[in-house]
Amino acid sequence: MLRKSRSGRLARRRSQAPVFAALGDATRLALVTKLAGGQPHSISQLTQGSRLTRQAITKHLRVLEGAGIVRGVRAGRESRFAFDPAPLEEIKEYLDLVSAQWDEALARLKSLVEN
Amino acid sequence: MNDRIEKRIEIKAPVSRVWRALTDYREFGEWFRVKLEGPFAPGQVSRGHITHPGYEHVQWEAVIQKMEPERLFSFTWHPYAVDPNIDYSKETPTLVEFRLEKTAAGTLLLLTESGFEKIPLDRRADAWRMNDGGWTEQMKNVASHVAQKP
Repeated sequence: MLRKSRSGRLARRRSQAPVFAALGDATRLALVTKLAGGQPHSISQLTQGSRLTRQAITKHLRVLEGAGIVRGVRAGRESRFAFDPAPLEEIKEYLDLVSAQWDEALARLKSLVEN
Repeated sequence: MNDRIEKRIEIKAPVSRVWRALTDYREFGEWFRVKLEGPFAPGQVSRGHITHPGYEHVQWEAVIQKMEPERLFSFTWHPYAVDPNIDYSKETPTLVEFRLEKTAAGTLLLLTESGFEKIPLDRRADAWRMNDGGWTEQMKNVASHVAQKP
């Protein structure tokens, strides 16, 4: 079930709440979906086709940046935003770990009941 | 990626037998590997300690939510709260639900653990309404991207 080396990773999950919170908003989810294509986008590009103002989009980008999902990159004088998959991978890793532990526990339950 | 864990397992035993293995605290302790202080009761805190080798120092604590005989057993807890330096009580707990269904071969056990997202419910509901396909679908999109570009 558990190995010692995993406790560090488990401890880190505390920092995952802001990631979920950052994605729990339709506008931010849409921004992430756009950036998940891999290309960094400028604020103007991200504002295009949106009914939100540049200021509002910037505010949402800052929240995503704070959660580590998006990071600012400079391209000359223009500031662009890029997707960073690391925090999501960390959450996936944590959920996979909890999931694997349930598999093991349920297998023990099954053999207890069937025998 | 998803914000919940779901499992289905077919068990070749009657629903009543599986129910007992889930809700009798000694039997639960046997397969879950936890030594519990006493029987489960809805609304009550269940305490004990993990018996898994190497983790005997870890305390178990859950709040039993529902016990609908042979149908639903649920509790809230802090999953795998193994680091003694962390105060998990300040975190929002997750909800674990076991649902039982009778099948020709015995019992279908459905397990769900939810609540990993830890965001206020009202905002979450808004996000659902405003998104075609909702959160899960969006998370899948992001996850498939992550998988393609490791």
